[in-house]
Amino acid sequence: MDGIEAWFLDLYHTTGINLTIVYDAFDRERFLRGLLNTVVLSVICLVFSVIIGILGAWLLGARQAIPRRFVQAYVQFFRNTPPLVQMYFFFFALGPLFMTTVERQVGQMVFVSETPLLTSFHWAVISLSFFAGAFNVEIFRSGIEAVPRSTIEAAEALGMSRWQIYLDVILPLAFRICLPALNNNLVNLVKTTTLAYAIAVPELLYMSNQIWSDSVNVPEMMTVLLFVYVGLVAILVFAMQRWERAMKLPGFGT
Amino acid sequence: MAQPVLAKETVDQPEAAWTPDRPIVEITDVHKAFGPVEVLKGVSLDVMKGDVVCIIGPSGSGKSTLLRCINALVDIQKGSIRVEGQEVHVPKLDKLALRKKVGMVFQQYNLFPHKTALDNVMMAPLKVLKQDRRDVEGRARELLAKVRLTGKEASYPGELSGGQQQRVAIARSLAMGPDVMLFDEVTAALDPETVKEVLVTIRQLAEEGMTCMLVTHEMGFAREIADHIYFTDHGRIVEHGPPAEFFQNAQDPRTKEFLSQIL
Repeated sequence: MDGIEAWFLDLYHTTGINLTIVYDAFDRERFLRGLLNTVVLSVICLVFSVIIGILGAWLLGARQAIPRRFVQAYVQFFRNTPPLVQMYFFFFALGPLFMTTVERQVGQMVFVSETPLLTSFHWAVISLSFFAGAFNVEIFRSGIEAVPRSTIEAAEALGMSRWQIYLDVILPLAFRICLPALNNNLVNLVKTTTLAYAIAVPELLYMSNQIWSDSVNVPEMMTVLLFVYVGLVAILVFAMQRWERAMKLPGFGT
Repeated sequence: MAQPVLAKETVDQPEAAWTPDRPIVEITDVHKAFGPVEVLKGVSLDVMKGDVVCIIGPSGSGKSTLLRCINALVDIQKGSIRVEGQEVHVPKLDKLALRKKVGMVFQQYNLFPHKTALDNVMMAPLKVLKQDRRDVEGRARELLAKVRLTGKEASYPGELSGGQQQRVAIARSLAMGPDVMLFDEVTAALDPETVKEVLVTIRQLAEEGMTCMLVTHEMGFAREIADHIYFTDHGRIVEHGPPAEFFQNAQDPRTKEFLSQIL
């Protein structure tokens, strides 16, 4: 490890390429913390957005008009506004509505102060999940609509209930149909987590910014960022492709 | 069957006490329209237990719609359909009870593509009847053997030929233990070679005494297997009778024309 650090320090002295995140423990720790936050943020938003997508698509098939309208309005709203504006809206417009009071005792004095109930990380999770979830609703809907009516009819003729048909016939088929589109959206979601930078979530881009401000190694950090995101998304794509292949049915959807 | 329930049914619906000497399927003056298009204009026919009934006629004459009305896949505007004495088209229909009695096989097989042949057959008894998995699997294997598909249990529908898929579909319907089987142009999507293997299976069922209603274009098969043939045109039954009579001296000019084109 020391050898590697020394090599990168030497690289800096001889060429001017300054990768502090390798040889400087403080910068390395900041960078890794940013990376971890980005991964955690991505995974949480991924899960929530898929849940929102499935629930939304299910409500779109409801017999009552009110849940249908509600989901349609939600999708329109989040699909037709920029994700950065959404994030600002959540953090700066909704954030101040959810405050809590904290009491601190110093000696005989009690200080009462208002602090936000949710941190910027929480708001980023909420904002990004709803953003990606809106697209997922549409993606799952397209999958559900692509399930042949005749297959559903056959399930009905076998006496299966609406719920059984949804769970055992429609969802498994719809999922397979919409998996490529879902992949695309989830890749987009991972990339969009960088917007959390704007509300000071200490994710990868934010931490990198701190590093390049202190170490004045902007071109180096920009390059590192690009490669790290390529790697992150590649892992996701690889996993999703494995999954897609595992779910593939002989003679279906070809 | 608990005694009080039976008694209550008899009071509410006298027709519930069905006996095999009455028609198992009783269709009376059925009207059905899709929007402005009237597809059934007063169809009546009775099927006795163990009968094999073939419904023939030109495309768009309402044959398939009639079958779909029997197991309530589509509703009707007027008339009455009774299966084992129970009216099908009532608001509080017990769909599950009806669909246990009436099995249906479709033109496009409509198997579940994400399930193996065995799982396709096991699906309804497991999920709908909530029967024990081991019993269901045993019977599913027997049914697949019956339709001569032993060895194909683990194949997905996409790996099977049309004829094989259709036989899985027949086994899947039989798994619910129906009293009546509806066959909706089940050989129409098959090539002539594989038509035969499906017809053999249906004949076997008919010989075992299963009540069958077939919508078909296979005139030779209809003549050979049917107890009664109905000819429909423009939403009405134009002519009907036992096959020998029907095919030899059809009276109605439309029947004659249709038969002359086909035979």
